Amino acid sequence: MSVEARMSRLRERGGIRGLFRDQPLIPLILLLLVLVVVIQVVRPGIVTPSWLGVILRASVPLAIIAGCQTLTMLTGGIDLSVGAVASMAGFVTATMVNSPGGVAQGIAISLVAAALAGVVTGIGVGVFRVHPLIMTLGMSFVVLGLANVWQLTTVQTGSGVPASLRSVGSGTIGGIVPMSLFVYVPFALLILVGLRRTGYGRLLYAVGDNPVAARLSGVRSWQVLVVLYVISAVFAAIAGLLVSGLTNTASVSLADSYVLPSVAAAVIGGTSILGGRGGYGGTIIGALILTVLTALLTVLGLHEPPRQILFGAIIVGVAAAYTRVTAES
Amino acid sequence: MSAAAEVVGTGTRRRDDALAWLRRNAWTIGLVGFLFVLFAFTRVIQPRYNAAGVQGLAISVLPLALAAVAQAVVIISGGIDLSIGSMMALTSVVSATLMDGRSDEFAIAVVFGVLVLGLALGAVNGALVVLTRVPDIVVTLAMLFVWAGAALLVRSSPGGSAAQWMRDLVLGSLLVDVIPKATVVLLLVVAVVWIPFGRSRLGLSLYAVGSNQLAAFRSGVSVGWTKVMGYALAGLFAALGGIALTASTGIGTPVPGPYTLLSVAAVVLGGVSLAGGRGGVFGPIIGVFVLQLIRTDMTFLRINTNLAVVTQGVILIAVVMVGSLIEIRRARR
Repeated sequence: MSVEARMSRLRERGGIRGLFRDQPLIPLILLLLVLVVVIQVVRPGIVTPSWLGVILRASVPLAIIAGCQTLTMLTGGIDLSVGAVASMAGFVTATMVNSPGGVAQGIAISLVAAALAGVVTGIGVGVFRVHPLIMTLGMSFVVLGLANVWQLTTVQTGSGVPASLRSVGSGTIGGIVPMSLFVYVPFALLILVGLRRTGYGRLLYAVGDNPVAARLSGVRSWQVLVVLYVISAVFAAIAGLLVSGLTNTASVSLADSYVLPSVAAAVIGGTSILGGRGGYGGTIIGALILTVLTALLTVLGLHEPPRQILFGAIIVGVAAAYTRVTAES
Repeated sequence: MSAAAEVVGTGTRRRDDALAWLRRNAWTIGLVGFLFVLFAFTRVIQPRYNAAGVQGLAISVLPLALAAVAQAVVIISGGIDLSIGSMMALTSVVSATLMDGRSDEFAIAVVFGVLVLGLALGAVNGALVVLTRVPDIVVTLAMLFVWAGAALLVRSSPGGSAAQWMRDLVLGSLLVDVIPKATVVLLLVVAVVWIPFGRSRLGLSLYAVGSNQLAAFRSGVSVGWTKVMGYALAGLFAALGGIALTASTGIGTPVPGPYTLLSVAAVVLGGVSLAGGRGGVFGPIIGVFVLQLIRTDMTFLRINTNLAVVTQGVILIAVVMVGSLIEIRRARR
């Protein structure tokens, strides 16, 4: 019997489970479609092109921040400082609207500040081997505190979200296609291609999958990690700019509510929090699922408490089902 | 002759035991020393800091200290519980709502009921972790939403009340006025629950599972059961924290405080390894006192409170850095 025939026999025996195991994105996309169908059944006529645009627009910042989590989780880490860094970026930019350099200066300063925070986090995790959970948690305290100090010392010269950020964050083309997609699509392609096709992307998997093997093959883990946390912080800052444009507010706790959902989106998307397994494709679907789910729970007319309970229960359920479906053997 | 040798033998053994105990608890002892230095420093910068200040400190750290103990139990077993803050909010509103306008005797029943509730909440967390095989951090992250939602269902705004005897239990001092009642209650409660547990078979299993799950399994430890019990015990301490919140503020608040993340910080400061299997619950309690006293000192020094947040973050990172540097050096030797 030829190898191909055997393989196909094996695959047949695996059936749907085997297919799901090989293509973990399929069940996720199915779940997303089911949610969209349910929302259409609950409120007929709600699913229109402009509704899809709204959902996409709301998903973009979450998908970017979940990208930070995906990258850090691939190395077996986690980044809890994304919320503080994102808020800081949006806030600092808003306070600099009336400065001589204008919006560009504000964005530049906030991105540099974010990168600095990322360097410190990366050195802590990579060189001093501080647990990423603790390092990023501590860093979020530091960034939040410094942003608050900035808030007190800066002269309140009519800080507001600059119009350009507003149009990028919440504007649409023809009422359907969100402007933020123009930022997001290149960004997503960069991560997707970067993880699969570049040496650095493979290094992230290598470090997360087996740190010892990576070290023995000559990988300098600390360099990989420092670069990783800088990337993560800069991405978070970009997401923060979009959030402030989307909500038209700038405060030092603006993006805090994104931290936990971003971890959830990456996990639902099939990235293992233990490192070495996963990818960004699933995370994108995960972010969309969470956004549609939130919309569904709102459409159902549920109050905040049951909404939160269902949200948590569904995350556990999806994660459990996913672990079961994709489990080895 | 032989008897003399034996006497010498037991003498050295006792000294060795004492040395081993010191070495095992070196971190906690150092932390206690640091706490006393911090108290002395506080007296220097603010001569008016007296017994009342210590009492205020003791009351304000009570909920966080119990949260840290809860977190320590789970982390020792090799997990992490991000839902502790939400469980505290839920147990706090349940106790405050049930006690509102009822007799003192009824309040005692409420306290026991809420403790059982805490055990159940923790057991649910643990059972989900064990049964679904989803990593602890993800399950408890999701349960954070569930318990917080449940707390809001019980009561949508802060309210209710605490029985007077509960407030008396934590306010004021015992015998001499530098020994705050709140701390005595805290240490008693933790000792009564933790010491018998830690010495039991289950407590040993908890450390075994935390340090090496596979080895524990092969030595005949029931890993799943041990984990569930660890989470249940954490739920019990979280419920105690919720009751302490109600007792110290007099009302129940449905919105979770910053207890979960601060508890992780205090646990790490208290010498518990995040990898599991190492540490105790008294170190984290000292850690909570240190964190809170630093905050107080920064207020006395008239430093911007936001910089105090920065300092807490820096201290947290620095402590862990020193800890992991020691580990790395030990591993190289």
